[in-house]
Amino acid sequence: MTVTTEVAPAPRRSSRRGASFRDAGPPVALIVIFGVFAALSPQFRSFGNVQNIVDSAAVLAVVTCGITFVLMMGSIDLSAAGVMGASALTVSLLVANNRNGNDFGFFGILAAVLLGCAFGCLSGLALVLLKVPSFMATLGVSAVGLGVATLMFAGVQPNISDAALKGWAVERFLGFSYLTWIAVACILLGWLIQRYTRLGRYAYAIGGAEEVLTLSGVQVRPYKVAVFALAGAFYGLGGVMVTSQLGAGLVQAGNGYDFSAITAAVVGGTLLTGGRGGVLHSAVGVLLVMVLTNGLVQVGVSPYWQGGVEGVIVVAAVAAAVIPQRRRNQVVK
Amino acid sequence: MNALEVRGLVKHYPGVKALDGVDLVVRPNEVLGLAGENGAGKSTLLKALVGLVSPDQGQIFVRGQAVKLRNVVDAANHGIGMVFQEQSLVPNLTAAENIVLGSEGAGVRRGIYRWNEMRRLAQEQLDKIGSPIDPLARTDTLTFAERQMVEIAKVLRIEQRSQHPPVIILDEPTSVLESKEIETLFAQIRRLREFASVVFVSHRLDEVLDVCDRVTVLRSGQSVGEVATAGAVPRELHRMMIGSTGSDDHYHENAATPVTADQPRLSVRGLSGKSFHDVDLDVAAGEILAIVGVHGSGREDVCRALFGAEPTTAGEIRMDGTKVDLPSTRAACAAGIGYVPAERKIEGMVGSMSVADNMTLAKQKPRLTGPFVAPKKQAALVDSWIKRLSIRTPRRDTAIGRLSGGNQQKVVLARWLIGGDVKLLLLDHPTRGLDIGARSEVYRLMRELASSGVATVLLADSLEEAIGMADRILVMNDGRVAAEVACPSGGKPSPLDLVKEMV
Repeated sequence: MTVTTEVAPAPRRSSRRGASFRDAGPPVALIVIFGVFAALSPQFRSFGNVQNIVDSAAVLAVVTCGITFVLMMGSIDLSAAGVMGASALTVSLLVANNRNGNDFGFFGILAAVLLGCAFGCLSGLALVLLKVPSFMATLGVSAVGLGVATLMFAGVQPNISDAALKGWAVERFLGFSYLTWIAVACILLGWLIQRYTRLGRYAYAIGGAEEVLTLSGVQVRPYKVAVFALAGAFYGLGGVMVTSQLGAGLVQAGNGYDFSAITAAVVGGTLLTGGRGGVLHSAVGVLLVMVLTNGLVQVGVSPYWQGGVEGVIVVAAVAAAVIPQRRRNQVVK
Repeated sequence: MNALEVRGLVKHYPGVKALDGVDLVVRPNEVLGLAGENGAGKSTLLKALVGLVSPDQGQIFVRGQAVKLRNVVDAANHGIGMVFQEQSLVPNLTAAENIVLGSEGAGVRRGIYRWNEMRRLAQEQLDKIGSPIDPLARTDTLTFAERQMVEIAKVLRIEQRSQHPPVIILDEPTSVLESKEIETLFAQIRRLREFASVVFVSHRLDEVLDVCDRVTVLRSGQSVGEVATAGAVPRELHRMMIGSTGSDDHYHENAATPVTADQPRLSVRGLSGKSFHDVDLDVAAGEILAIVGVHGSGREDVCRALFGAEPTTAGEIRMDGTKVDLPSTRAACAAGIGYVPAERKIEGMVGSMSVADNMTLAKQKPRLTGPFVAPKKQAALVDSWIKRLSIRTPRRDTAIGRLSGGNQQKVVLARWLIGGDVKLLLLDHPTRGLDIGARSEVYRLMRELASSGVATVLLADSLEEAIGMADRILVMNDGRVAAEVACPSGGKPSPLDLVKEMV
């Protein structure tokens, strides 16, 4: 990229433009954990298992991609589960299915993504117009999403028969499922947005110092709404991907993805206070979480222990990530 | 034609008349100083000039035309820009983004960043002030002084918005800079004068006289005078600012009492930490010890370490001969040490809490009956201290954030006094950001405390203050004590004596 080629001629210390020691933590942890599991379990290091890990990370990666923008801004988003449920039902009723005669194919998928976008927009508007804190606004939108999904579900599960959408989960390209490639594309898109668009840079700036933007004459509110809408679109796509995996539209399609995504983003180095982290950080965080889940199974940790062990490791990872910033009388909220 | 003119500006706030018919004239290519005590209306006037405050009456003329400024952008379109007192840069963006923030122009096309263009635009502004900062450096990796340069570059960008020479307002730009950085800033201001008009606001009169062509003095919302700085007498200006001849004895030296104790109250031997090494110091009861040093000399950290707020690696601290361990600030409080932090608004007080709550934050016992807060006891206690220190506050339950800086600082000081058990006070820039009248009050208070037997360690705002207040001065350089200079009343050293040890 053009950005990194220029060197300051001035005789001052070299300035940090991108990566730093602090940013290196999660990738290093990923490699170390991967190495440990690989040494402990031959099954873990088999190519089939690596495929497995990456494929199962796809949906979480897309959702985390969306949530990262909201977290970068210093807000929080708990609407993923509801938005994904609504989009799952929408897409399963619009593509070829056993409930009605619709067969809109790609446009059905597009409609589901746009629905997610609309839900995100709703969260954003509640935040900037009604001044509802994002925690509550998105929690409410999540409930609305689940409600809409339940109405569309109407007691009969829609099973999809659209071959293309079903194929996302089973067909492979270069050894990985289409879902994985979609996730990769999302991460790339997210990274481009974060780096090269005003929306992405302002989201970052809002997390850094919102008042300064206002004092510089920037209208912050449209960008906030846009960020939530962008995140909603990612959740919408996530709902479609889950539908492809299950072959049916379920209200619970997004169950648990909201907190998993926040966990993955934070483990990857995105701060809940905003202003730091990014899509690539979050991608690493997703892989960390998935490697951990998979690895614990492979080395034979009892399933009864898994949840607890995972929790401990996540807290430990975040604690390790903040060690460089620790000092006396530090305020943590 | 005047670059900017203000006529009869009036602004009411509930209960206060912040501006009471202010007149101000800024001529092209001049540096105008704006002086006045805190509360004189300086900040309200400045806010009105950049559209953050809409005046109730009066008019603002830009190059002879009456204008109404609705917001910062509007003001920028008229060529008026301000460098805010608290720096207004986004720390996690690059310097370039900060410089063009809100007016990216060709740097962003259809929402897509064009980084090369962005860098070019920013470099253009940085070149104007001849700054060697890398435009693509993240802002939080720059030093404070460098950030200020970025801020000036950012303000200069308003030149692109209007076709006329800009008016740049600098609101207390020097309050947190070290003297060398101030020199750089002044050089920049003189450069700016070539193509812009500058309004320079500072509470340090010597700086105003140094860099400005003309000074306008504000007092209680009115302009009370205008002086050309060539040949101006500081005392004359002081008098205009406070409205009467200030006491010549600014530092209340008459109230200074000779130190007679034979055993030091605080005795530190070989104290070492991350940024200081082998520090020895003694302070007797009733003595004021000033520590001076340039930025990076480690004096702030020594002060914080004495309050248990900074970890130490070696050394011994004795209070009245007994060794004390200071692993936390709580231990320091228990040992009878009080600390007034430099960042009053961030570390010194809880802005939204009342005067009473702020005053009783550290010492609980005087307001408690058993484990419970006794409201009557607290009220009586707080009222007595409000009276004793003549703190100007409407009521004891007024939020402290609404008081003037000087009164806030008195409340912060009172916090350590209400217990009646403070033996050592650590004052980290206690007069930072205070106007001359409030400073004088704080000095008087320090003298009073000293004569009641409290030992004081002072990190002064200026060398003059250190010399004026201290009985003894410790010069720190690069984390070590470089010299100790006696500073008794009547035998004060000159600033030059100290400076040569500092660098």
